Amino acid sequence: MDKPLNQIIQNKVADFTFVGQKNIKVVDEVYEEDSYWKQLFKRIAKNKGSVFGFIMITLIAFMALLGPVISGYDFDEQIAGHESMAPRIPVLENLGVFDGSETLKTSTGELVVNKYETIEGGEEVYHWFGTDVLGRDLFTRTWIGTRISLYIALVAVIVDVFIGMSYGMISGYYGGKVDNIMQRSVEVLNGIPNLVVVTLLIIVLKPGLMSITLAIAITGWIGMSRVSRASMLKLKESEYVLAARTMGAKDISIMYKDILPNIFSQLLIMSMFSIPSAIFTEAFLAFVGIGIPVPMASLGSLISENFKSLTTHFYMIVPPVLVLALLMLSFNLLADGLRDALDPTMKEV
Amino acid sequence: MKKYILKRIGMSVATLLVIVLVLFILMQLLPGSPFNDERLSIEQQQVLMSKYGLDDSVPVQFFRYVKNMLTGDFGKSYTISKNTDVSLLLQNRLPTSLLLGGLSILLGSVAGLLLGVAAALKHNSLLDSMATFFSVIGVSIPSYVFALGLSYLFGFQLSWLPMLYNADDGLRAFALPAVALSMTVMATVARFTRTEMIEVLNSDYMQLVESKGVSGIQLIFKHALRNASISIITILGPLVVSLMTGSLVVEKIFSIPGIGQLMVQAIQSNDYNVILALAFVYSALYIFVMLAVDILYGVLDPRIRLAKEGANG
Repeated sequence: MDKPLNQIIQNKVADFTFVGQKNIKVVDEVYEEDSYWKQLFKRIAKNKGSVFGFIMITLIAFMALLGPVISGYDFDEQIAGHESMAPRIPVLENLGVFDGSETLKTSTGELVVNKYETIEGGEEVYHWFGTDVLGRDLFTRTWIGTRISLYIALVAVIVDVFIGMSYGMISGYYGGKVDNIMQRSVEVLNGIPNLVVVTLLIIVLKPGLMSITLAIAITGWIGMSRVSRASMLKLKESEYVLAARTMGAKDISIMYKDILPNIFSQLLIMSMFSIPSAIFTEAFLAFVGIGIPVPMASLGSLISENFKSLTTHFYMIVPPVLVLALLMLSFNLLADGLRDALDPTMKEV
Repeated sequence: MKKYILKRIGMSVATLLVIVLVLFILMQLLPGSPFNDERLSIEQQQVLMSKYGLDDSVPVQFFRYVKNMLTGDFGKSYTISKNTDVSLLLQNRLPTSLLLGGLSILLGSVAGLLLGVAAALKHNSLLDSMATFFSVIGVSIPSYVFALGLSYLFGFQLSWLPMLYNADDGLRAFALPAVALSMTVMATVARFTRTEMIEVLNSDYMQLVESKGVSGIQLIFKHALRNASISIITILGPLVVSLMTGSLVVEKIFSIPGIGQLMVQAIQSNDYNVILALAFVYSALYIFVMLAVDILYGVLDPRIRLAKEGANG
């Protein structure tokens, strides 16, 4: 009734034609494998913004370490007669900028004053960023203040990693009642604006470096705990966790040895993003008047002090504002670059 | 939906109560006394303490405080303006701050949306990278740096706009502070809009709409932006927080008589009742915004609404 089988096969074969030998040489390329850190570095280096950020942070950190040493002044040294002197920098002064002269606006007109010429032995004196109204060298004070901001950055990362990460991981891992209680408390804490928590805490504890550290420790970790909890929820059902549990691994070991390495890059990015906000918190507290007590300096307290001379001696407020802005911008740019390099799937913002 | 909203409101009220308790406990721990005056004898201090009810037991003080607060009575100011009701102080200052905040949000969102849409439409162009650069700067640099720069440049050097607040200037007085505060809002909104718009513009339904012949402004604003804007609402909460913090400093710089300036004064002069009241106002404002955002989000996005109804029964 049907065509014989071999005819069908022949028809089918006729549908196709042989390509024939085309002499294509298959080259098996083997790329040298880079280490994880080398790959990471290469990818970050592609992002111009993050390279800029990294270089700026290194530069600022370097100056913060070295600046106060090379300036030749102490940060709390008030030199009589050296009050409110405009910046004067060697070499540049010959070009007509930073030569220690400033223009004062008076009701009758403008007046150019150079205090270095009027004080005794002023020819030999150089204040690179000028001095404040009390005669303290602003170059020294700016870099001393930068140290505080960098210290705050370090605190922010440590708090994020130790409190935020662990809190979120424990909450996500155990789930159920533990999760419920932990999340409700976070919700309440999150319901209070940071502004209120931080200011009240500092008033209770008296202003100082320790209270600022504590304030950041209390408020800084919530965002991080959310991210680490979400990642934990996603990963705790995975097969390798089940395998580890079957082998008898303890909860702590599963959390930190098996799951943590898989979510670490995400958490690193989060902690980088929390640095600028921590630096801002310190600067904010100083500006409101409950920051580092005098004569210690932080970038925020310098801005707050020199704000009073904004219209008379504008140069005083420029260095701390510039360093603060550059520092926050650089950390943001570096965090952006890190995110792109480590986790391209993570959404912007 | 009703059930979800009710539950959400209940949560907010509970949070607010916990906050009041926490605030009260913190206040009890505060060092110093508003009557730390060397000219006052101990007996006089005692009289003052009992006059303001500060020598009652802690629970009595707490319940009295909660009861008073429910009736809108925040007590009297101790030091800033003696014997004035705190509610009166707030009444005079709250509208100014709300106006400033509202202006900044409005200005920032409109500018941010336009910038974000423009960047998304010309994706990977010079305009796009400029917008990105601009928004990174806006996000990273605190608003008070902008405030200082604007006040020096436009207020002092060029004298175009008032450097310090004066009620007679009307809206002109708000120009510089509102622009300074709106920078963060603008940058955040622009960044978020750009990401969302790029995603929406590449979606299948946008292709469908385009192939139906819709084009130009209608395509972008009616179809694309409408879908993108749903998720933009979620960033309003964090933005309000940053505005609150920013307003404290900006109000000080431009000496605007708002609640931010009042807070700074109260902190510096240990005026407990004012701090407590302001902390309450800030928290209430924040909780209200978060609640509004959540409900709005549910109303606007049916997927969220259905998911939440499913989860909450």
